[in-house]
Amino acid sequence: MSFFFRRRKSANNAKERLQLVLIHDRTDMTPAELESLKDDLIETISRHIAIDPMAVKIDIAQDGREQRLLADIPLKSATRRRAR
Amino acid sequence: MDGNMTAKVITVASGKGGVGKTTAVANIAMALATRDQRVICVDGDIGLRNLDVVLGLENRIVYDLVDVVEGRCRLRQAMIRDKRMPELYLIPAAQTRDKTAVSPSDMVRLCDELRPETDWILIDSPAGIERGFKNAVAPADRVIVMTNPDISAVRDADRVIGLLEAEGKGPAALVINRLNQAMVRRGEMLSVEDVVDLLAIELIGIVPEDENVIVSTNKGQPLALDGKSKAGQAFQNIARRLLGEKVPFLDFNIPNIFQRLLGRM
Repeated sequence: MSFFFRRRKSANNAKERLQLVLIHDRTDMTPAELESLKDDLIETISRHIAIDPMAVKIDIAQDGREQRLLADIPLKSATRRRAR
Repeated sequence: MDGNMTAKVITVASGKGGVGKTTAVANIAMALATRDQRVICVDGDIGLRNLDVVLGLENRIVYDLVDVVEGRCRLRQAMIRDKRMPELYLIPAAQTRDKTAVSPSDMVRLCDELRPETDWILIDSPAGIERGFKNAVAPADRVIVMTNPDISAVRDADRVIGLLEAEGKGPAALVINRLNQAMVRRGEMLSVEDVVDLLAIELIGIVPEDENVIVSTNKGQPLALDGKSKAGQAFQNIARRLLGEKVPFLDFNIPNIFQRLLGRM
């Protein structure tokens, strides 16, 4: 209930905007550069193992002041391909 | 370890200007002095000095930091003794020079010379992340990063914290200045938790917005002297934490009746 009310307040707006700005300030990486990194990753990994390029997620996560590059890369099911 | 070399060098920095660095240095220095500590403040803002007026010592300046560095006077001659606290001194910045008149190694040398004379050396860093900031941070044992609960101050603080980490001067300690409790309660100002969450460093002080700060600055009487005002108390608490005491943070986030009712639903 109180969550519902707090949602629209400007302080939340400020915090959300800052979270995004700080990620880019700290890593010195623009969203476009992140996209291009993602494309490179997909290309490289695809040479070794079958993945679904559309399902790949890449993000910068924060743990305190540590920045972490998180990639979630679902593999295409090998069993299904073998069965065919 | 040399028993005399006990002084701790604390630099107050912020990145953004106008968040209250000079006020904080004057008040933390005064608060430490009221606790029988020997303190020397150094104004690092060459060209835009202000620590002298905030401390009410502007009429006593003869020599300044640049005079010391360039050898026109001895260190002792540039140290202005406070009128109220006999163990509190100010080394003022030069007003007619710029930041390049002093180098980081000059500041390290100066502080090494001061260390045996005192318990605390507090350096007021200028705004920005250029030469003046580098000078102020070079001799620091610990850096206090000041911020206000607003987007630009927090962003700049984050940049400064990152630079300090890169230079091996981290982790910095955080002071949130000018917190408006009523606005936080209404959800229209970043809360202490929000800022600490974003910056992810240790909190060492919360200073509420307080009209008394302006009044005391008008008079050149830092309000930590009597410690009755909320802000004065907050600065006293920072001094106590620097001295290693465990002091609970003043609770500014007491919910109002409406929020308490909502919380129960």
